[in-house]
Amino acid sequence: MSDAAIILEARDVQKRFGAVVAAQDINIKVGLGEKLSLIGANGAGKTTFMNIVTGYLKPDAGSIHFDGLDVTKLNPRQLTRRGVCRSFQIPQLYEPMTALENLLVAIGTSNQAFSLLRPARDAAVLDQGHALLKRFGLEGYAERKVSELPGGVRKLLDIAMALVRRPKVLLLDEPTSGVSVDEKFPLMETVMEALSEEEVTVIFVEHDMEIVTRYSDRVLAFYQGQVIADDDPGEVLADKAVQKYVTGTAKADAVEEEAGA
Amino acid sequence: MHASTKRTCLAGLIAVILLVLAGFVFQHWQTWILFTATKAIGYGLVALGIITLMRGGLVSFGQGLVYCTGAYASGLMATRLGVTDAPVLLVVGMLASALLALIVSPLIARYRGIFFAMLTVALSMVLYGVLVKMNAIGGSDGFTLPEPTFLGWQPSVDYADLALYLLAAVVAVVASTATRLYYDSMAGLVALAVRENELRVEYLGSSVFKVTVRHFTIAGALGGLGGTLNGMALGHIDPLFSFWTTSGEFVFIAVLAGYISVSAVFLSAMILELVRSFSNLYFPETWQLILGGFLIVVIVFLPGGIGSFWERVKEGRAARAQAEQEEGAGS
Repeated sequence: MSDAAIILEARDVQKRFGAVVAAQDINIKVGLGEKLSLIGANGAGKTTFMNIVTGYLKPDAGSIHFDGLDVTKLNPRQLTRRGVCRSFQIPQLYEPMTALENLLVAIGTSNQAFSLLRPARDAAVLDQGHALLKRFGLEGYAERKVSELPGGVRKLLDIAMALVRRPKVLLLDEPTSGVSVDEKFPLMETVMEALSEEEVTVIFVEHDMEIVTRYSDRVLAFYQGQVIADDDPGEVLADKAVQKYVTGTAKADAVEEEAGA
Repeated sequence: MHASTKRTCLAGLIAVILLVLAGFVFQHWQTWILFTATKAIGYGLVALGIITLMRGGLVSFGQGLVYCTGAYASGLMATRLGVTDAPVLLVVGMLASALLALIVSPLIARYRGIFFAMLTVALSMVLYGVLVKMNAIGGSDGFTLPEPTFLGWQPSVDYADLALYLLAAVVAVVASTATRLYYDSMAGLVALAVRENELRVEYLGSSVFKVTVRHFTIAGALGGLGGTLNGMALGHIDPLFSFWTTSGEFVFIAVLAGYISVSAVFLSAMILELVRSFSNLYFPETWQLILGGFLIVVIVFLPGGIGSFWERVKEGRAARAQAEQEEGAGS
């Protein structure tokens, strides 16, 4: 990968919470347009990595570079404005508002010039909101209150809101968690379809290995704050350490045998 | 101009016409109402500021700070510099309070909830303490204001209340129209989102801090207008303008009105003033009891305040229409 195509880079990132190592020697380069998934057991450091990249947490040491700039000291708002956006494991929506209004808020935050003088329900803004809803197949929910919406719809709306700024890097925190098994693939299909119109790098945390295999071109496996594997999905999932510590598919004695040999 | 903007301005125009007509009617019928209404408008303007803050998820229990600052700034302008022109004094009071709010807001915008509220109380009580000690401007007795003039015109005693009421009505409508336009703007919608989920607003790229500073400054300007107006209505200003019980009345009006409707603020301020006047007359020493009871009823039956009543009626109608439609489709 040439350096020009690298959009995001973590250099020697370290983070501890007391005795817990949440990130240790994290060195990652992410290319423009890559679809990257993060796997690992709970507490392995995936979310910490996401929080550091989006500026919510500051690393104890090391740095984050975005688009060639050191962004380690920036806060979530500044990073969002530069093009690093995220969705949430538990959708962070405005519950009493309708789905459309949630998007209008997102559009309002991204379009701040004259925002004091511009009515929120301006025709152009409404069109933009409806177009986004349509892209995620949510037209039917436009005027429904968010608090009444089903889980999958909430997930999609959460992601749609993160997309309003047309980010260069989009981080999705467990996009299919809390969604029924039957809904997982259609949901990911909708998301990837909607994202295909943008040249956006997608980094997502995922526990379902079928989804990881199908929707990412590269996988990072986390264990105790370290990246123990970084390759295409087939290679990573065949890795013995990954099978032992992450996916749990390896027989314990097989790993021990290899270690002993 | 956008259709909704036009509607809001038209509503404002109609409101001014109605209020002015009402003014002339009451001038010939019950003059005391004009004084009560002017005072209610002064209170309502301050409460409108609290409602603006409420939309951003905050309540200030110390709006006496800006109410008092506006009253003193314009009052000193009148007594020391001899400027008695009411519109000029209103601008002076508004700017003085907005400036003070802008200066202190970076300090308090870092706090939320009860800490924000108590910090505003603390600031207003500091001002109260300072004014009580300042004998040069009347100390705890305050000072009396000269009769206001209106663009050079000095109304006769019979018409002084009407003149001030008319000015107050215009100010109230202009302030509420501007506030309504802000609430309906993109920035206003983002501010409403701050109330629901601050983290997400930051992650969408907007600054919660800036929204709070903006709201506190707007609330300051409105508080300054209210303070100046009531100073002129009462003809006397004292440090009690900044006392915490005064601030409590503004919160009372704001909670009674709710943050949905702008006109409900003035309605609820008028209710407060009327209950106070009547109770003083017929049930002395019990008016707080009546107000308290009223507030309990509103909180239990209309938790969104008086302003949410109309919203409820609309929602109920929409739900019934939908049910009928579904029934129609089913048969």
